[in-house]
Amino acid sequence: MHAVVLLKQVPDTAEVRIDPKTNTLIREGVPSIINPYDAHALEEALRLKDKYGGKVTVVSMGPPQAAEALKKAISYGADRAILLTDRKFAGSDTLATSYVLAKAIEKIVSQEPVDLVFAGKQAIDGDTAQVGPGVAARLNMALITYIERVEEFNPDEGYVVAVRKIEGRKEYVRAKLPALLTALKGINEIRYATMPDMIRAARYQPEVWGKEQLDVEEAFLGLKGSPTQVWKSFVPQAKARAKVEMLTGSPEEVAKALVEKLVPLTLIANK
Amino acid sequence: MHAQGVWVFVEHLGGEVAPVTFELLGKGRELADDLETELAAVLLGDGVRDFAEQLFRYGADKVYLIDDSVLKDYRTYPYAKGIVKLAQKYTPEIILIGATTLGRDLAGVVATWLNTGLTADCTELSIDKTTRLLHQTRPAFGGNIMATILCKTARPQMATVRPRVFPLPEPKPRIGVVVEEELGILEEEVPTRIIKYEEEKGPGVYLDKAEIIVAGGRGLGSKKNFRLVEELAEVIGGVVGASRPAVEAGWIPYAHQVGQTGQTVRPKLYIACGISGAVQHLVGMQMSEVIVAINNDPSAPIFNIATYGIVGDVLEILPAITEEARRVLAGQRGVR
Ligand SMILES: Cc1cc2nc3c(=O)[nH]c(=O)nc-3n(C[C@H](O)[C@H](O)[C@H](O)COP(=O)(O)OP(=O)(O)OC[C@H]3O[C@@H](n4cnc5c(N)ncnc54)[C@H](O)[C@@H]3O)c2cc1C
Ligand SMILES: Cc1cc2nc3c(=O)[nH]c(=O)nc-3n(C[C@H](O)[C@H](O)[C@H](O)COP(=O)(O)OP(=O)(O)OC[C@H]3O[C@@H](n4cnc5c(N)ncnc54)[C@H](O)[C@@H]3O)c2cc1C
Repeated sequence: MHAVVLLKQVPDTAEVRIDPKTNTLIREGVPSIINPYDAHALEEALRLKDKYGGKVTVVSMGPPQAAEALKKAISYGADRAILLTDRKFAGSDTLATSYVLAKAIEKIVSQEPVDLVFAGKQAIDGDTAQVGPGVAARLNMALITYIERVEEFNPDEGYVVAVRKIEGRKEYVRAKLPALLTALKGINEIRYATMPDMIRAARYQPEVWGKEQLDVEEAFLGLKGSPTQVWKSFVPQAKARAKVEMLTGSPEEVAKALVEKLVPLTLIANK
Repeated sequence: MHAQGVWVFVEHLGGEVAPVTFELLGKGRELADDLETELAAVLLGDGVRDFAEQLFRYGADKVYLIDDSVLKDYRTYPYAKGIVKLAQKYTPEIILIGATTLGRDLAGVVATWLNTGLTADCTELSIDKTTRLLHQTRPAFGGNIMATILCKTARPQMATVRPRVFPLPEPKPRIGVVVEEELGILEEEVPTRIIKYEEEKGPGVYLDKAEIIVAGGRGLGSKKNFRLVEELAEVIGGVVGASRPAVEAGWIPYAHQVGQTGQTVRPKLYIACGISGAVQHLVGMQMSEVIVAINNDPSAPIFNIATYGIVGDVLEILPAITEEARRVLAGQRGVR
C-alpha cells in the first residue's frame, strides 16, 4: 500500500488575535501547526500501513518553514516527505494549489504507484474544503469526502471502502483505486512519536521540489494561476438593529410582559 | 462566448428539494435582476422532473434538467460531469451551490473541471453594477476575519453559501421553461458506489430549521443551571442553542453551537440567555426575526441587536418566563 498524505502547515487559528487598531490579523507569535484535519488523515494512512504494510509519503506546499510540519509527520512514522516550495507558488488560491499538488502526485506516481491520497476535509486558515476535491478532479481519481474511517482496503480487486459521515447519516462508499479521501477531525487518536522515529525525523531533510522539478506551466502557478483574489478583508461586525425595548420589573413582571409580547406574534402558540 | 445567466444548483434528498436551494433562488433572483439576465435552476437526479414547477415558483426562469437513473444517489462524478456539460454548453456567468456537505463535495470538482474560481461558504453576495462582478464575502481564519473575494476574468464565478444565510423567498405563481439534456454516462464509468447507509441514531439537532431557539451562554454558570434553558425550550416548543463557551464547558454538545464556528440560524424567535453578544456569536443569529436578550449587564452588546431586553439575573428570570409561558399555553389549550 502506498498512500500520499497532503499536509498543510497552518497558523493555530485558536491563537490568532485581531489588532484592534489596524483591524488585521496578528500573526507574530502564533504557533504553526499541522492542519488538525490533516493530522487525522495522516493517522488513518499510518494505520493502513500498520495493517497492510507499505509506505506513506507526505507532501506539503508552502514556504520553506513548512518543512517543520513534514518532519513532524516523519516523527509519527511517515516514510518520505516532499516540500513543494517556490516563489512562483506564492499567492495560490485553491485552483492553483490543487494544480501544483496534482502535478507533484503525478511525479510521485511516475516513480512508484500510489493507491490512496489523503487530505483533510479543510484547512483551518483558508477554511474552503476545496483543495481535496480539486486534486481528485485534476487526477481523475475517485473522491470520497468527509471520511470517518477506512473500512476495507483491497488492492487485489482494486477498491477501497470508506465510511462517510454526512448530515443525518453515514454512507459506506466503495471506490476504485486510486482514490482520494478527505478526513474529518477527531476521527482517530493520533499516535505518539516513537523514539527511533523522532531521531529519524530530527535528521530527516524533506526533498524540495520547485517549479523546475515539476512538469508545470507558469501561467497556472501562484497569483497568476489563481482566478480568485482577496479584494478586501475586514473584521466581522454585527448589523445594528432598531432600538431595543427594555422590559423592567420583578422577574414575574418581566416574564408576564414578555410572554404577552410573544403570544400575539404567534411565536409562542399552542400546538 | 459571452457568459450569461445566474444558475442555482438544486440539492435534493429523499424526494424533497433542500430549503437552501430556495434560499439561493431568492438571492439568485436579485443578482439576475441586477445583471438584467435570467435565473436558472440546475436540476439533476432520477425522476426529478416534477421539481421544476416548484423551482419556477421560487424565482427560476428556466430549469436545466438532466434526468437519468445513474443520478439516483448523489455521487460526485456523474453530478459534476452533468453540471460541467451544461455549463460548457450554456455558459453561465454565476453558479451558486449550497455549502452543505453535498454542495462542498460537488463545487470543488466542478470549479476545477471548469477551470474557474470558487469562493467557499459565502455569507454575502452582491453585484457591482459597473463591473458586473460578483462580490463574495466569506469568513476565514476560523471566523476571525471576513474577506471579500472577486473572480475577475474566469467564468463562471462560483460560490457556495451556507443554509439559512439568505431568507426563504415567498413562492409566487410563475411559469418557466425546461431545457433538457442527456447525461451520457454509464454506471460502469462511475468510480464510486454507495454500498449501504446507516441513519444516525438519536434525534438530530435541527437548529438551522428551528422556528424558536432558546440559547444559553456562559452566564448560566453551570451544567445544572443550563437545564433552565432546556426547560423553557421544552415548554415553548423550541430548540436549544448555545454559545461556544457553553459548549466548551461541556454543558451541551457542539451540534447546538450557534455562531461563526457553529450553526447559522434564522428562527422567528431567538432568546439569548446569559450571552454577551460577541460578534462571532451574533453573525450566526442576527438574522432572527425577534431577539430577546436576558443579561445582568445592561451594557452587554447583545442588547444592541435585541428586540426585547431584560436586565437581570437569568437564574431568576428564566424560570419565571417558563412558568408564565406554561400558564398561558395551558390557558390557551383550555379555551379551545
Ligand atoms: C482570507 C482568505 C480567503 C480565501 N478564500 C478563498 C476562496 O474563497 N477560494 C479560493 O479558491 N481560495 C481562497 N483563499 C486561498 C486559499 O486559502 C489557499 O489557496 C490555500 O492554499 C488552500 O485553501 P484552504 O486553506 O482553504 O485549503 P482547504 O481546501 O480547506 O484544504 C483541504 C485539504 O487540502 C490539503 N491542502 C490544502 N492546501 C495544501 C497545501 N498548501 N499543501 C498540502 N496540502 C494542502 C490539506 O490536506 C487540507 O486539509 C483564501 C485565502 C485567504 C487568506
Ligand atoms: C475564531 C473564533 C470563533 C468563534 N466562534 C464562536 C461561535 O461560533 N459561537 C460563539 O458563541 N462564540 C464563538 N466565539 C467566541 C466568542 O468570541 C465569545 O467568546 C463567546 O460568544 C462568548 O460567549 P458567552 O456570551 O456565552 O460568554 P461571555 O462573553 O462570557 O458572556 C456571558 C454573559 O453572561 C452575562 N451573565 C453572567 N452571569 C449572568 C447572570 N447570572 N444573569 C444574566 N446574565 C449573566 C454576562 O454579563 C455576560 O454578558 C468564537 C471566537 C473566536 C475567536
